[in-house]
Amino acid sequence: MAKARVYVTLKKSVFDPQGRTIHDALVGLGYAGVKDVRQGKFFEVDLDGLPVEKARETAEEIARKVLSNPVIESYRVEVEG
Amino acid sequence: MKVGVVVFPGSNCDHDTYYAFSAVCGQDARFVWHKDSDLSGLDAVVLPGGFAYGDYLRTGAIARFSPVMKAVTRFAAQGGPVLGICNGFQILQEAGLLPGAMLRNRTVKFLSQPVHVRVERDDTPATLGIPVGTVLTMPIAHGEGNFYLPEDEADRLERAGQVVFRYTTRDGRLADEVNPNGSLHAIAGVCNTERNVVALMPHPERASEPGMGSADGRRILESLVTSLVRA
Repeated sequence: MAKARVYVTLKKSVFDPQGRTIHDALVGLGYAGVKDVRQGKFFEVDLDGLPVEKARETAEEIARKVLSNPVIESYRVEVEG
Repeated sequence: MKVGVVVFPGSNCDHDTYYAFSAVCGQDARFVWHKDSDLSGLDAVVLPGGFAYGDYLRTGAIARFSPVMKAVTRFAAQGGPVLGICNGFQILQEAGLLPGAMLRNRTVKFLSQPVHVRVERDDTPATLGIPVGTVLTMPIAHGEGNFYLPEDEADRLERAGQVVFRYTTRDGRLADEVNPNGSLHAIAGVCNTERNVVALMPHPERASEPGMGSADGRRILESLVTSLVRA
């Protein structure tokens, strides 16, 4: 069974209010060395009965059409057979 | 005039919107289920607020694939007026019918409070007959209303006159402290280039009678009615 990992992150130019809040919290907890935090989403997608190349194609399509919004986010897909 | 109020699983302002158009504005309103793809006989379509499909992935991300959205896209392409309110705005963005995307509010908090918005255009179905510069008071209720577009595209949006509402002070001044969610250029509502699809984050239906604290929202709903009478 092929397994896809999809990482969805806000584009670098997009302000990340959640990441900022987590950053502030970490600094408040004493982690003075934390310079920045960006929050993203991680999806594990099990693709049953597909050869790896087809699975990659499907995962890419899911990531592009559904899991991310191109206005604010970019994505990266990893597939293992 | 027949107004269709779209109902997604998770819509929660559908009945308020129906009430505002029927009981307050005296129009013939009907609900349109998200699995319907027939909008025939409708003069206008409204996408109400709520949490369509739970908004679990992203606001509006799943709703845009529903059968009714194909019909709404066709309706809009034929010039039919479409009004999006709050979640309806987010769905229209995901569907590509309106520009931009909504980020989490800059405070990360869900905001439920009255705001003042200034009318920037009087040539959309939501603002016809409301003079430019008019300040309307309506409530917002959202966690993701932080309007975003890359700066160059935002400039294009401004030049094309597609910014319809902006968060301001009660007397219509721009100020960072009255931009509740951090929206770029304090944008609270936009329209498409054809100007028949328009949406805003504040809830006009929740400010449609004096007993609600403000009846300013009624002017937006009445504008939709007026635009159809004129058309």
